[in-house]
Amino acid sequence: MDVMPKWADVVLVPLFSLVLAAFLSALLILAIGESPSEALKLMVEGTLLRSAGWGYMLYYTTNFIFTGLAVSIAFHASLFNIGGEGQAMMGGLGVSLVCLFIPWPHWSLAIVGASVGAAVFGMIWAGLPAYLQAKRGSHIVITTIMFNFIAAGILNFFLVGALKPKGSMDPATANFPASTHLPTFEDMAQLLGFEKMFRSAPANVSFFIALLACVVVWFLIWRSPLGYEIRALGKSEPAARYAGVGSVKIIMITMMISGALCGLMAVNTTQGESERLILNFTEGAGFIGIAVALMGRSHPAGVFLAALLFGFLYQGGAELALWTKIPREMIIVIQALVILFTGALTLMVRAPLEQLFLAIRRG
Amino acid sequence: MDFLILIQVLDSTLRLATPLLLVCLAGLFSERAGIFDIGLEGKILAAAFVSAAVAYTTGSVWVGLLAGIGASVILSAIHGLASITLKGDQIISGVAINFLAAGLTVVVAQAWFGQGGRTPPLQSGGRFEPINFPGAIPSKEMADVGPVMQLYSELLSGHSFLVYVALLTVPLSWFVLYQTRFGLRLRAVGENPAAVDTAGISVVGMRYAAVIICGVLCGIAGAYIATALQANFTKDMSAGRGFIALAALIFAKWRPWYALGACLLFGFFFAVDNRFQNILLPAWSLSVVLLLTAFGLAGYIWRKDLLDKIVLGGLGLGIAFVSVLIVASVWSAGLSTQIKIPVVFIQSLPYILTVVVLAGFVGKAIPPRSGGVPYVKEK
Repeated sequence: MDVMPKWADVVLVPLFSLVLAAFLSALLILAIGESPSEALKLMVEGTLLRSAGWGYMLYYTTNFIFTGLAVSIAFHASLFNIGGEGQAMMGGLGVSLVCLFIPWPHWSLAIVGASVGAAVFGMIWAGLPAYLQAKRGSHIVITTIMFNFIAAGILNFFLVGALKPKGSMDPATANFPASTHLPTFEDMAQLLGFEKMFRSAPANVSFFIALLACVVVWFLIWRSPLGYEIRALGKSEPAARYAGVGSVKIIMITMMISGALCGLMAVNTTQGESERLILNFTEGAGFIGIAVALMGRSHPAGVFLAALLFGFLYQGGAELALWTKIPREMIIVIQALVILFTGALTLMVRAPLEQLFLAIRRG
Repeated sequence: MDFLILIQVLDSTLRLATPLLLVCLAGLFSERAGIFDIGLEGKILAAAFVSAAVAYTTGSVWVGLLAGIGASVILSAIHGLASITLKGDQIISGVAINFLAAGLTVVVAQAWFGQGGRTPPLQSGGRFEPINFPGAIPSKEMADVGPVMQLYSELLSGHSFLVYVALLTVPLSWFVLYQTRFGLRLRAVGENPAAVDTAGISVVGMRYAAVIICGVLCGIAGAYIATALQANFTKDMSAGRGFIALAALIFAKWRPWYALGACLLFGFFFAVDNRFQNILLPAWSLSVVLLLTAFGLAGYIWRKDLLDKIVLGGLGLGIAFVSVLIVASVWSAGLSTQIKIPVVFIQSLPYILTVVVLAGFVGKAIPPRSGGVPYVKEK
C-alpha cells in the first residue's frame, strides 16, 4: 500500500486535487467566454494586494476554520457532521440572546459570554443527533441534514416573531448594544498606529479565537487521552470497545465538540460583522467546512491552510462577480470539484501520483 | 370545511407530491442496491435547469424532458464512478454533486440567458399542459356541480402528463423490485453483495443499473418542477425537495407503496401550508398535546440510563416549558383563546417526523444492510 511516502500523501494529493479543480474551473470560465488568467489576476488583486481584501479574506477564513475543524474532529471518529449549517444557526441564536439580554460592560467580557452561548447552543444542536446515533442507531448524516432544516425553521420563527424589534420589517434582531461590538482589524491597526489599513473590512478579533481553536483541537486530537479514544473509535469500533472505549460516550463528546465549534462561527458573523442576528447569516459556511476538512486532511494545520484558500476563493469570487460576467456561484463549482476530488475520487487522483513514485523508485 | 376546499387541497397535494414521489422512488432504487444518494437534490436541480433551458431554446417540452433526464443521468454516472468503480465515499460524492449542480446551473444560466441565473418564461409547447379528462368541467363552474363531478374534474383530471407518470411509477417500481429477477438481484446487492457475487452476478453492473434508474427518475422530477409546476428555471428551485424525498424514503422504510403514502403526506403538509396562512387552535388543546408529549417522554425514561434521562428529559422539560408559556400568554384572555400555529412548524413537520421515525420511537426504520459500503471483491 505504501507506494508513496507520507509527505506526498499529505501534500501532493490535496495539491493535485486542487490543480485538477482549478483546471476544470478554468475550462468552465473559458466556456462562458471569459479569460481564466484575467479572472485569476482580478482575484489576486482584489484579495491579496489590498489590505481590505485581506480583511475580507480573513473574515471568511475565520468561519471556515471553525466549520472545518468541526467537520474534521467528527471525521476522526468516523462521523460525518453535515449539520454544521444548523449548528451555526443555533450558535447565532445563542450569541444574540447573550448579547441582547445581558448588559456587558466591555467587549472582552461580551466575547467570552457570546462564545459560551454560541458553543452551548451548537453543542445542544449536535448533541441530539449524536444521541440518536449513539443510543438509537439513527444514521447521523440523515439526522444532521434534518436538523439543518429544523434549525432554519427555528431561526425563522424567532426572527419574524419574538426577537424582531417592534415596527421593524426585516427578519432580524435589534442591533446589539455598542459595548458588545468587537474590535475589527481596522480598529486594531489604528491602535498600532497604522492608519487606513483594513478599511471597513469585517475581519475581527474572533480570528484569533479561531487560531486558538486550531491549537486546542490539535492538542485534543493528538496529545490527549480523549483524542486517542476518538481516533481509536474512528479507526475501528470493535477494537476501541476491546480497549475499553465506550462508543456512546465518545460519539456524544465528539459531536458536541464539533457542534460547539460550528456554533462559535456565529461569534464572528453575528457579533463581529452584522452586530445583529440576520437570516441566512451562515451563507453555506457549514458545508464549506466539509471541503475544508477534506482538503486539510482533517489536521488543524491543513484546515487552517485550506480555510485560507477558501477565504481567498470567497473574496476573489465576490471580486469576479463585481467586475466580470462570472457569477459568485463559480466558487460553489470550485468547492464542489474540490470535495469531489479530495473526498470521493481519491483513488483516481492517487493513481497517477502512485505511478509516478513507482517509476521514480525503479529509477 | 367545505368539500370543494378539501378537494382543492388534495388536488394541490397531488401536484406537490409528484416530484417528491419520483425522487423518493429514485432514491429507493439507488439505496436498495446499496448506494446512498445524498445527491438527489443536485440531480433534480440540474435536470430542472437543463430541461427548462432546452425546452425554451427548442420550443419542445419533450426534447427538454429528454435533455433533463440526460443531465441527471450524467450526474448519476459521476456518483456511480465515485462510489462503485472508485470505491469512494458515497456521502461525500453526493454532497459534491449537490454543490456542482447548485453552482453550475447558475453559472451556465447566467452565461446562456444573462438573466441573473434564470431561464426566460416558457411559452406553451415549451411546457407540459394540464390534461383534461373527457367531460371534466373548468374550475370556474366547479361550485355549481355535485361532489362526484368535483372529485372527477378537480382532483383526477387536469394534471400534467408527468403527474400520471409518477403515480404509475409506484406499481411499476413495486413490480420491478418484487416480481422480477432483476429486482430480486437489485435488492440482494444492497443486502449482501458478496452472496450475489458468488452467484455469478455482477455487483458492479447491478449497482450501475440502479444508479442510472435513479438518475432517470430524478430527471423526470426536475423536468416536472421546471416545465409543469413552474414555467421557468430559477436559482435553487429544487428547494430541498431532494432531502424531503430522502426523508420520505426513510419514513416509507424503503418500500414503494409506503413511499406513495409518505410523499402524499408530505405533499399534504405543503398544500395546507400554501392554502391556509393561519391555522388556529384553541390554546388549551395545544398545551394538552405538548404536556402529554412531555409526560410520554418522562414515562419512557423512567427506567433508562443517565444519558437518556438528560437528553430526553431535557427535551421533555423544553416541551413542557413551551406549553407553560402558551398557558401563561393566554391566561388573562381565557384558555380557549385561539393560538396561531407557526407556519414554520408546518414546514418543518416532514423533517421532525423523519427524525422521530429514525429514532425508532414509532416503528423501526432499518436501511438496506450494505448501504453506503463499497463492494470490494475478494482476491
